[in-house]
Amino acid sequence: MIGLEHYLTLSAMLFVLSLAGIVINRRNIILLLMCIELMLLAVNFNFIAFSRHLGDDTGQVFVFFILTVAAAEAAIGLAILVVLFRNRRSINVQELNSMKG
Amino acid sequence: MINYYLTIVLAPLAAAIVAGLFGKRIGRAGAHWITILAVGLSCALSMVVLKNLIWGGATPENISLYTWAVTDGLRMEVGFLVDRLSALMMVVVTFVSLMVHVYTVGYMHDDPGYQRFFSFISLFTFSMLMLVMSNNFLQLFFGWEAVGLVSYLLIGFWYKRESAIFANLKAFLVNRVGDFGFILGIAGVVMFTGSLDYAEVFASADSVAAQNIEVFAGTPWNAMTVICILLFIGAMGKSAQAPLHVWLPDSMEGPTPISALIHAATMVTAGIFMVARMSPLFELSATALAVVITIGAITAFFMGLLGIVQNDIKRVVAYSTLSQLGYMTVALGASAYSAAIFHLMTHAFFKALLFLAAGSVIIAMHHEQDIRKMGGLRKYMPITYWTALIGSLALIGFPGSSGFFSKDLLIEAVKESHWHGDGAVYWIAYLSVLLGVFVTALYSFRMFFLVFHGEERMDAKTKSHLHESPWVVTVPLILLAIPSAIIGWFTVEPILFGGYFGDAIVVRQGPDVLSKIAQEFWHGSFALVLHIYKSPAFWLAAGGTFTAWFLYLKRPDIPATIKSKLSVVNTVLENKYYMDDLYIKGFAAGGRSIGTFLWRKGDELLIDGVLVNGTANSIGKLAGVMRQIQTGYLYTYAFAMIIGLTMLLSWLIWFR
Repeated sequence: MIGLEHYLTLSAMLFVLSLAGIVINRRNIILLLMCIELMLLAVNFNFIAFSRHLGDDTGQVFVFFILTVAAAEAAIGLAILVVLFRNRRSINVQELNSMKG
Repeated sequence: MINYYLTIVLAPLAAAIVAGLFGKRIGRAGAHWITILAVGLSCALSMVVLKNLIWGGATPENISLYTWAVTDGLRMEVGFLVDRLSALMMVVVTFVSLMVHVYTVGYMHDDPGYQRFFSFISLFTFSMLMLVMSNNFLQLFFGWEAVGLVSYLLIGFWYKRESAIFANLKAFLVNRVGDFGFILGIAGVVMFTGSLDYAEVFASADSVAAQNIEVFAGTPWNAMTVICILLFIGAMGKSAQAPLHVWLPDSMEGPTPISALIHAATMVTAGIFMVARMSPLFELSATALAVVITIGAITAFFMGLLGIVQNDIKRVVAYSTLSQLGYMTVALGASAYSAAIFHLMTHAFFKALLFLAAGSVIIAMHHEQDIRKMGGLRKYMPITYWTALIGSLALIGFPGSSGFFSKDLLIEAVKESHWHGDGAVYWIAYLSVLLGVFVTALYSFRMFFLVFHGEERMDAKTKSHLHESPWVVTVPLILLAIPSAIIGWFTVEPILFGGYFGDAIVVRQGPDVLSKIAQEFWHGSFALVLHIYKSPAFWLAAGGTFTAWFLYLKRPDIPATIKSKLSVVNTVLENKYYMDDLYIKGFAAGGRSIGTFLWRKGDELLIDGVLVNGTANSIGKLAGVMRQIQTGYLYTYAFAMIIGLTMLLSWLIWFR
């Protein structure tokens, strides 16, 4: 029987994977965006697992909202990315350090 | 009478304003006419006031005209106290001022600052009248500072000369030292009596004398002594007493008429007048009087000595003024205030005369002032010669001249002033004034012989132009020579022994030397002249004159020999006892180096360097360190966020 703890473990693994993706990846900014999406999915997993476990459907409604917002955010993120590329001819993360003190 | 007083004071002020502000419009003649008429009016009215007081039976008037401010019970007023003391001063001031106004027409004839000069000397007359007619300390201080200001302006009249600017700054600064004491003295008066009015202050003088003040904790001093010495410090500045005398010789950088008016006849005697006016206070402090007599004696003798080695005709007269001011101060210290005022009056006439005569010589010599380059001027300038002779004779106290009566009786008064004790103070004072007579005669006639007798040492060009000065110059000389010669005869008895001053001057029973002289010594002015051979002062004056004649006319080769034999003394005298060096290299340079130190170390290093720029710099350095954390890479920030989040969560889970 697959219980709550399995779902939570999967969710945590997904979250840590995406986190590692953000920290370790130093090349591609698209990968960063994908990792953020993955983080959101990990959180969605938690919502659904708890919704199911507690028998409360509100959590699933939240997931729809989050998915919608994530889609919009991905669109905006990609648009920013395009503009960024146009300006700098690069999406290499290591070159985006104009905030260096 | 109030209209009289107001006119006397305000006429010169109005003339000064007109001549000063509208000088271009009214022209040169307009400027001298309006000021001469105004001062002439003041002079005439002052004489009327004096006449009314002496023969008209008028009583002294004490009028408060206007209350300027009242604060905490302290009334600051403008008012006049016209008694015989101030009336005498008014006449002396306006008369000498009038003579100087007339003289200036000739002396400043082709000076571009003609109107400005007349404006200034009229303003001076106004200030001096405010000073002598005041009935309270505040107005006295106003007049005191105003005459100081005009003196400053006039010493630097030729403001393009560097030496004139140096001299007027010096006069101003040295006077500040004196004024510092003076205003502290006034503050002391207010502190102990709560009033600025003369009458009220004098009424409570006894209670002040009974109190003590601790300037330094643990050493109580008599309040009256402290007040009087502080006031006298003011007088030392204004009347150029040692050690604050250094400004007066340098003030000769100004035009000669103002040397006569301000730096000989009137302004420098303001200190003497002030102490005489404050006699009800000074009488209550024997210590202050001892200070006064000692300072005066030192000035009288040692400043006279300096006159012997000077070669500038005006400086000789200037040192003579210092010495005579010392005489007056000695008389004040001996409680012979009337003698001091009497000498002040005669001195005003003969010293103004001597200065104006010196000015006449300077005009003839085309502004050459070195007496070594003069000589034999007698035949070219007979009027100047005879008036200068009268002035010099009055100065050395030739029997019958005005200076004879004032100086001889002044010395007699000092001789009788045993109440200072027979110790050092008495002997310093007595010997100084006595030996000063010899010195006075020596330097006076040294100058006189070098200028008017002997061989003619000027160059040929100057010599061909020598001639007597115009009448505007000689008439004042003659008008001043008359009182210099004769005024002593009929004024000595009422002023010194006849109780002329009434209540204006207060002398306690003990030290009242003048009434003692009146009883034991005085048999009328004629008898005094007849018994002249008994007076040591006469023989000293004669000796001084003879010495001058012998050294500078008979054997002109001797002074050089003396000079080389006594080179040490000569060097000290020519350097004026190194007082200037002390002030300039000591105090002034010291002040400047303290200033430089505070500027370099205090301001630039501490305040600018450490506090202002230091704060900014250290913030900058700190920020430079902090900046290293900001890499600008996204993943660093994300990592920092994760770390922060983890720590927050751990704290929530384990430590809450």
